[in-house]
Amino acid sequence: MSEITAEQVAHLANLARIDLSSEEIARLTTELGQIVDSVAKVAEVATPDVPATSHPMPLTNVFRADTVVPSLTVEQALSGAPDRDGDKFRVPAILDEE
Amino acid sequence: MTNVIKLSAADLSGLLVERSISSVEVTQAHLDQIAAVDTGVHAFLHVAGEAALAAAARVDARRAAGEVLGPLAGVPIAIKDVLATIDMPSTAGSKILEGWIPPYDATVVRRVRDAGLILLGKTNMDEFAMGSSTEFSAYGPTHNPWDYDRIPGGSGGGSAAAVSSFEAPLALGSDTGGSIRQPAAVTGSVGVKPTYGGVSRYGSIALASSLDQVGPVTRTVLDAALLHDVIGGHDPLDSTSLTDTWPSMAAAARAGLADGALTGVRVGVIKELSGDGFQAGVAQRFTETLTLLSAAGAEIVEISAPSFEYAIAAYYLILPAEASSNLARFDSVRFGIRVNPEDGPLTSERVMAATRDAGFGPEVKRRIILGTYALSAGYYDAYYGSAQKVRTLIQRDFDAAFSKVDVLVSPSAPTTAFKFGEKMADPMAMYLNDVTTIPANLAGVPGMSLPMGLAPEDGLPVGLQIMAPAKMDARLYSFGAAVEALLEASWGHTLLSRAPELARREMFAGTATSTAFTSTEGAV
Amino acid sequence: MKKAELMDYDKALELFEPVLGFEVHVELNTKTKMFCGCANEFGQGANTNTCPTCLGLPGGLPQVNAKAIESSIRLGLALGCEIAEYSRFARKNYFYPDTAKNFQTSQYDEPIAFNGQLTIELESGRLVTVDIERAHMEDDAGKLTHVGGATGRIQGADYSLVDYNRGGVPLVEIVTQMIEGGEADSPEIGRTYVAAIREIVKALGVSNARMEEGNVRCDANVSLRPRGSNVLGTRTETKNVNSLRSVERAVRYEIQRQAALLHAGGTITQETRHWHEDTGITSAGRPKSDADDYRYFPEPDLVPVAPSREWVEELRATLPEPPAARRKRLQAEWGFANLEFQDVVNSDLLDVVEATIAAGAAAQAARKWWTGEVARLANASGVSADSLVQPAQVAALIELVVAGTLTDRLARQVLEGVIGGEGTPLEVVESRGLAVVSDDGALIAAIDEALAAQPDVLAKIRDGKVQAAGAVIGAVMKAMRGQADAARVRELVLERAGAAE
Repeated sequence: MSEITAEQVAHLANLARIDLSSEEIARLTTELGQIVDSVAKVAEVATPDVPATSHPMPLTNVFRADTVVPSLTVEQALSGAPDRDGDKFRVPAILDEE
Repeated sequence: MTNVIKLSAADLSGLLVERSISSVEVTQAHLDQIAAVDTGVHAFLHVAGEAALAAAARVDARRAAGEVLGPLAGVPIAIKDVLATIDMPSTAGSKILEGWIPPYDATVVRRVRDAGLILLGKTNMDEFAMGSSTEFSAYGPTHNPWDYDRIPGGSGGGSAAAVSSFEAPLALGSDTGGSIRQPAAVTGSVGVKPTYGGVSRYGSIALASSLDQVGPVTRTVLDAALLHDVIGGHDPLDSTSLTDTWPSMAAAARAGLADGALTGVRVGVIKELSGDGFQAGVAQRFTETLTLLSAAGAEIVEISAPSFEYAIAAYYLILPAEASSNLARFDSVRFGIRVNPEDGPLTSERVMAATRDAGFGPEVKRRIILGTYALSAGYYDAYYGSAQKVRTLIQRDFDAAFSKVDVLVSPSAPTTAFKFGEKMADPMAMYLNDVTTIPANLAGVPGMSLPMGLAPEDGLPVGLQIMAPAKMDARLYSFGAAVEALLEASWGHTLLSRAPELARREMFAGTATSTAFTSTEGAV
Repeated sequence: MKKAELMDYDKALELFEPVLGFEVHVELNTKTKMFCGCANEFGQGANTNTCPTCLGLPGGLPQVNAKAIESSIRLGLALGCEIAEYSRFARKNYFYPDTAKNFQTSQYDEPIAFNGQLTIELESGRLVTVDIERAHMEDDAGKLTHVGGATGRIQGADYSLVDYNRGGVPLVEIVTQMIEGGEADSPEIGRTYVAAIREIVKALGVSNARMEEGNVRCDANVSLRPRGSNVLGTRTETKNVNSLRSVERAVRYEIQRQAALLHAGGTITQETRHWHEDTGITSAGRPKSDADDYRYFPEPDLVPVAPSREWVEELRATLPEPPAARRKRLQAEWGFANLEFQDVVNSDLLDVVEATIAAGAAAQAARKWWTGEVARLANASGVSADSLVQPAQVAALIELVVAGTLTDRLARQVLEGVIGGEGTPLEVVESRGLAVVSDDGALIAAIDEALAAQPDVLAKIRDGKVQAAGAVIGAVMKAMRGQADAARVRELVLERAGAAE
């Protein structure tokens, strides 16, 4: 049985930037516990001798020539912006520093 | 021509090329059907009637001017809402993208436009393709044309329902763990997940990048092949796109109709994907299909794929992990909705968190949290790392299997269409529904679902899944077309001809076709 | 910490041993961005160089810029690194409004280059070898402007604006191993190391290397270890120290600050600090809420980079001479004194002086013109000297002086004409009629006239008071409107006066 706690879920929600309600956290704590218990079985067969596969097709060295292609127009780029100021996207004050 | 909507894309193509029917007529007929039945089916999130008719008129004009166009020019198509379209909202079934019109077309959308296909509109789906029922669409579920109380499968239930309710002869879907094949199975239609890299993902709103693949949703194997030929092939904008030269899938499908096409074909039956856990009627139709194949000269071989047992577990680690990162961009800065927190200071951080809370549905949040967990410090090796090793083991199982057989078969889904609400309360039960389709995504091999009958106990469609080695998509089409012909010959009809006649809403019955589309403009 | 509270630098060194580390970000000067075909240009209108990929729009996908890979490998090789046979991009996940995808596409456990070394020479002549842990590729973030509040800083701003033109610009991050034993030279090591990186990327041509435009950015890690202890101290990371002088000052400040704190019994917090150029201090950044759990995983939208050994060797063959070795060689070849050579290097004139010499000029003359008149004119108009005039023109100018066609004074006028776009030095000489009058006949006539007009001077000269010739020379030069070689005039005056020197 995995030991997923509500604190852990709250931390994950913070990492994932989702403002979950306490009810959602409680429900997800239970569900996540069940799911994690069920998926943890992957460790049974994932022995050190087995290489990991990140891509289904084994390609390497897929490159693009360093040639400029037309960008979107500024209006296209900003067409979906929830808020803008001139040609820039506008966001509320930022609390965290870079 | 009253039965225009019942024609296959291949047949429509023939009529259009010989100009015995116009694209405008064909398009209008499908818009009429949408107007008539989509209130009940709810396959579409957006119908672009006017634009479709205008595009159809352009195709007609070009043909009239003697231009030789591609085989599918003038044939209507429905587009899954996961694909970016420059002239239609693209929401991926999520509230967070409500009303968003992308400033660009997905590569596959560009290709179908260039081939002269007529875009009817955007089809419903589980939010960000997370689900097997469309119940997780933020815009309400799609109903199965065979029984409105049942799910049409998911995530691409909208596309499958659109073709199986004759609203469109063709549709595009996307398949991350079965989102094309499982809806095809439960709606009695045909769906293909191409080899990973065979079709461009550029402009497909990503769920899990290493699993997603765009593919055709149709009513016949040949139609799927014709559409595959349009959308397939290398795209430099997708770095995982294969540079291979592909044979004509349509030619492959036609080759499957030759006499003796099944003779000597080695058909592998995956032990782990048959027997227990399958609905009786599903198992029965599968066994009968094997018998038919055998009688037609195919050699049935039992194959063991021991690692498939771990496929769901690996999938539900890899998918949420990639999704948690892919969905991070939905932050209310550049596109999509912005929601302010109910109280407290308005900071970027809090607005992002409030937007994501309000904009994402429960299944999306569940998977993002799960994926964040699987990638977080201290858990990566046990979860994500191990899941990627399972992926290797599953590829090895496929390699071993395909050294013995030409194709692998299984039921496409463990059950027929279940009722709405049946699995909503239990995420794991919903996840287990993908057991048959997930291995192909993990390994990147192509898979197809086609109808193999109705389950005796509920009279609902059952799908046969066929898988081929990576890059051998053409083999799927040859074999699939042969099986389709074999089954239809044994039934004496197509499966969809047994679908119930959908109730046509009074208000549209007998309405002049030229005005019907206007009332369906916009979201329906 | 107020400056008065800092510990005296020498005392700090007496009590503690500084341990350093640097992360230098180099912006590559490729034509396009790292993962899309948008132009990589500085100073364009906001959000003009954006596309679905670098804006992080739903459905956008990355495509790796081949030139950026090539530049990264060349930079890795120039830093003495091994080049990975198999290298991957990874996603570094964190939310920030300037990061369009809310993850940075970077490299984690499989960087393109690793295990390098760079030897730098301090002013004292001390050689310090800095071990390079890795050089990895990643994409840059967009640019934030903070509006409202006091100073345009993030604190107290009312809102912020985002321009994604810089988002997706290719970066190489060069990470050093811990640098121990720097001792009192530590601040200078910081400055010299960053200067060396800057010089290398410039020599390679992989970056514009303008620190003022953010092409080269340095994060400096400093910790102190009490003398006699072998336990490492807690380090701070001072971000975005963006001039060479600031690197030196910031390292020195952190040593003094940490020493004062530790000596007073305090502890150092592992934190990000910000360098303030104006006040010369660092200040603590706000602790991040995300606690640095970046959830790295292999970028599924990109495939691995596996540079063939043949390609790596081809690229190695394109490497220029290492800047430090080149400097040594050039100083020896040119025979410059240390100060003369430093003057050239510090003024960023090494390339143009070399090119001028290559075009035929004598070394000292080339140095004198570039660090003198050209630098003065450049300074006056606020541009860089090398943007003002071509080395070939300077060489041609020098040649005219050597040939006696121009005096230094005339040559300065010609230079102005060349800079003003009037043509080559020779063309300016002709168009402005500035050549030295070398026809002795005309000079002699002028001299005889001047001597006749000043018989008292002539007498003095004949008496051996040669210095009296100055008055005649002045008159002659005036008559010639300056277009005469003063030395030749003097010779002829003495000759005509019949004086013997």
